[in-house]
Amino acid sequence: MHDIAEALRVALSLLVSFDAGLVEIVALSLQVSLAAVTIAALIGLPLGALLAIARFPGRGVLVVLITAMMGLPPVVVGLVVYLLLSGNGALGPLQLLYTPTAMIIAQAVLVLPIITALTRQSVEELHREYSEQLTLFGLSHASMLATLLWDGRYGLLTALLAGFGRAIAEVGAVIIVGGNINHVTRVMTTTIALETSRGNLALALGLGIVLLVVAIAVNTLVLSLRATAGRSGYA
Amino acid sequence: MLESARPLQAAGAAAPQAGVRPVAGTGLVIERDGRRLLDVDGVSFDDRRLIAIVGPNGAGKTLLMKVLAGVLQPDSGTVTWAGRPPSREGYRKLALVLQAPVLLRRTALANVVYALKAAGVTAGEADTRAMDALERAGLSHLARSSARLLSGGEKQRLALARALAIEPEMLVLDEPTANLDPASAQAIETMVGDALARGVTIVLVTHDMAQARRLADDVVFMHRGCIVETGKAVDFFAKPRTALARAFLSGEIIT
Repeated sequence: MHDIAEALRVALSLLVSFDAGLVEIVALSLQVSLAAVTIAALIGLPLGALLAIARFPGRGVLVVLITAMMGLPPVVVGLVVYLLLSGNGALGPLQLLYTPTAMIIAQAVLVLPIITALTRQSVEELHREYSEQLTLFGLSHASMLATLLWDGRYGLLTALLAGFGRAIAEVGAVIIVGGNINHVTRVMTTTIALETSRGNLALALGLGIVLLVVAIAVNTLVLSLRATAGRSGYA
Repeated sequence: MLESARPLQAAGAAAPQAGVRPVAGTGLVIERDGRRLLDVDGVSFDDRRLIAIVGPNGAGKTLLMKVLAGVLQPDSGTVTWAGRPPSREGYRKLALVLQAPVLLRRTALANVVYALKAAGVTAGEADTRAMDALERAGLSHLARSSARLLSGGEKQRLALARALAIEPEMLVLDEPTANLDPASAQAIETMVGDALARGVTIVLVTHDMAQARRLADDVVFMHRGCIVETGKAVDFFAKPRTALARAFLSGEIIT
């Protein structure tokens, strides 16, 4: 009991003093997860929108598959990306294993189905409401897509935040492809796992607090976005 | 072969700035579950006047409007605008206001600006014209308000203002005053009257026979997907030719 209280005291002093080691880890975490979400968004937003309004054979199966992949186990994603990036893998020659880039790839793969599926759902609902009116405006398909994405902006932001929340909190994928190398690939979740097993509870707790704050901040943002959207009639 | 090709090319060359009148349909059929919801041999709207489409619920009035406006594909039959198939370009001259208007998740002004830009109006001109359109609809004080937070009457007026802003040749209105209070309905009718005076062809679907009497030059009476009677409004209301129309006007339920 005394140990935990002492660890918490040290953790708080690390936080208050902006301990260099802790800041470095937090910064890399944010960097990796934001990059992963950006990449997943660049692919997932148009892909989800396309799935929402295009009709082609196999679309239904694809939608079910992507929706099911929202719950991909991070360790499995880590394993698959590891195999791709390892010496014998398809992307082996790039020598990306155990770099932040590898972690970004793994998290992007993990988050892509979430962003795609939520975008699909959001845009499809909007399209049902808008399609006749958009036809009456005489729009091209590209303009229709752009309008749906813009008018669905609150729902899409929520999708991006959901993706970010998933990426920042996962440990399985990044620990396999990143390896938790000090000053190189050490992020909040992997450090917490490592330091806890080594008995360095102060750093683990400090990072745990940061992670909680990030999670609360993301969810607060989601809720306030929804409230704003509702209040302004843009929900 | 060569001779028949020439006039087609000429029509194609004149296409970009051409209008949409007459808006016409032939052999329009829509069937669902073996029931004919729409079965119209021929219909054409050309004159600069107001045509009221009347008939009981389920007569196919809205279906006919949507088919003619190119937002609903009939199972068979063809629709033409100025002799050509409906095209994206055509929506610069044809506007349809749906019964439950779809307003974009933007301000009232942005809704009108959007329609103008979609119709090819430049950004600078679109702002001025949109403000004018809101002014005429009595909505200029709500220009910066979120369109979707407006009242029912304001929404309907905004949808009409948005449709009129592009200066269409042909305006189709599906029950524009259903569920509106008398003042809002009056405002809509005034806007419709102004558009009529500017030479717009207006097709108005309505259940309000008093409104049809007030506004319509011509009447098209529909029943069970078919056009049963057409004619001058004064004649139709004074002396309907068919038994169905007589029954409908006297308030009987016709099935």
